[in-house]
This record gives sequence, C-alpha cells and structure tokens, in this order.
Amino acid sequence: MRGCHPRCDRGEVDIIGPSEGLVASSILAGRTSLAPFLAAGKLCSNVSWGCPQLQMTSPGLTTIASASSRHADEPRLRGDLAIWFIIALEMLTFGVMFVSYAFARSVDLALFNASQATLDLRAGALNTVLLLTGSWCVARAVHALRADASRNGARWLAAAIACGLGFMVSKGAELGQKFAAGIDMSTNTFYMFYVMLTAFHFMHVAAAVVLLVIVWTQARRGAYADGNMHTPETVAAFWHMVDLLWIVLFPLVYVMR
Amino acid sequence: MHLQRIDMVWLGLLAATGVTVALGEAGVVHGHAWALLTIFALVLLKGAWIALDFMELRDAPPLWRRLVLGWLVLVVALIVLAWALTLRV
Repeated sequence: MRGCHPRCDRGEVDIIGPSEGLVASSILAGRTSLAPFLAAGKLCSNVSWGCPQLQMTSPGLTTIASASSRHADEPRLRGDLAIWFIIALEMLTFGVMFVSYAFARSVDLALFNASQATLDLRAGALNTVLLLTGSWCVARAVHALRADASRNGARWLAAAIACGLGFMVSKGAELGQKFAAGIDMSTNTFYMFYVMLTAFHFMHVAAAVVLLVIVWTQARRGAYADGNMHTPETVAAFWHMVDLLWIVLFPLVYVMR
Repeated sequence: MHLQRIDMVWLGLLAATGVTVALGEAGVVHGHAWALLTIFALVLLKGAWIALDFMELRDAPPLWRRLVLGWLVLVVALIVLAWALTLRV
C-alpha cells in the first residue's frame, strides 16, 4: 500500500467520524464495496488511486480517510489499550510469583524435587501443545477476519476454543487428582506455589475461553472485518498473554527438577 | 495452502516444546547446566515468537514490544539466577 494517494475527482463532501484508516487492500483486491465504517475524511463520488504499482478509479460513493496512505505503515498496538494494561498487570503478578517460586525452590531443593516427582511431565507437555495450537488458531482467526473471511475466522476461533477447553479438562483433571490425594495449598511450600500458579493460570484460561466464545458468536454473524477488528484483536492479545505465561510456567514447574 | 509466517512460528513453537520435553524426559536437567540453560533459552525464543508474531508486537510501538520482551528477559534471568544459587549446594 506504499505510495497510494487517494484523490477525489468529484463530489467531495466532508464527514466527521472516528478515524480507523483505510481499507486500501480491499480496493486493490477488486472489491467494489468497502466495509461499512466511518472515517474521518471525505465521501467522494469518484476516487482516483495514484499508486506506483497500480492506477485505478473507483466510481460510486467511497469513503476515504485522511492520511490513509500513512496509516498502513504506522506502528500499531493491536487491541484495546485497556487490555494491554491488564496484560502488563498480569505479567507483573505472575512474574513475581514465578521468581518467588524459583527462589523458594533454591532454599529447599530437596522438598521441591520430592514434590515435583508427583507431577506428570507429559500432561504438562500436552497442555503446552494445546495452548500453543490455540494461539496459532487465534492468530489465524484474526488474519481471516482481517481479510473479511468471517466464516473462516469463526472456524479458527472454534478450533481455538476447543484447544482452550481441552486445556481446562486436562488441567482440571490434574488438579482434581491432587486435591483427591489430600494435597492443597497448605501441604508444603512447593504445593502452595503449584496450586496457586496453576489454579490462578487456569482461571485466566477460562476467562480467555469465555471471551473467545463471545467473539466467535459475533464472527459467525459477520460482525468483524478489516477496519472493525478492535474486539477480536483485544481478545486475541489476552489469549496470547495466557499462552505466554504458560510458556514460562511449564518449564519452571514441570521440567526444572 | 501456502504457509504464512504464523504457521512457521507455530511449528517452531512445537519443535521448541519438543526439545524441552525431551530434555525433561531424559532426566538430564538435574545436574547438567547446559540442559537447563537450553530450556530457558527456548523459553526466551518461544516467548519472543508469541510476543512478536502472535501478539503482533513486531509492528507495534516500541514501548510495548520492549515491555513484554523485557519482562521475559528479566523473569528468565531471575529464574536462572535462583537456579544458579542451587549449584553451590
């Protein structure tokens, strides 16, 4: 999209609205209708696209955003800023817990090694694969929705939800097994951390799955498209954070022994 | 279907996980510094992939990219430090 400068040839009218950037890619892909959204800029009856690679005109009412040619290349934080503050907070909280665990372990190695022996490495590995695959599905879903392929996007979201549910079943079974064996947070220092970390993380996976379900129901109705990706991107960021936390948690608790 | 970057990242993540699990299963982590350092180097790699390509921080303003990657580096560094303390035992 570099160097594409839209120019209105006739019928230019100013409109006021929230700016979201331009769907130049959809124009070049041959679509004649744009995703409905308001752009701070102008309505134009005939837009000329002066691109080095391509000269074309779009007759009919078209929305163009001001400075649209710059939007595609500007650095963007995907998703609502609020979710990024939440992500920062969660990273801080879990970060403190991870480091506390590591230092608690270093002063009571024998206890930790003995208790860690009761953990199932393979179950942890399965959980890792489920979350990573879920993340891939979420990334794929975002790409699909951005390319205005709603149905595909919904399918990828459904796959991600399945991965999340798989994780919850697996992790739920693991925790249930521990509780049934009489283990809880007060058993010893290792188990205190183990229960705290895995249960707290579990709740975040559950929250992420709920958010994915909400986005999935909307995606199925075609609610999302390029220029209207704020909610899917926000939820995607949260999901990826949950995966990112597990990436540290798994080796720390299940492998380092 | 041609492979996009995010597909390659996913395969890379799975491969890195495979290495980590293999090291764990082989029982070489305890007593072998190289194994543990490899595992946490992979944590950095996997974390960076998720942050840059899945969270799309690669194309984001530098502040947030640095915050997330910085968190990763700091947490892993402190974990490795705590582990290093156990080497004297």
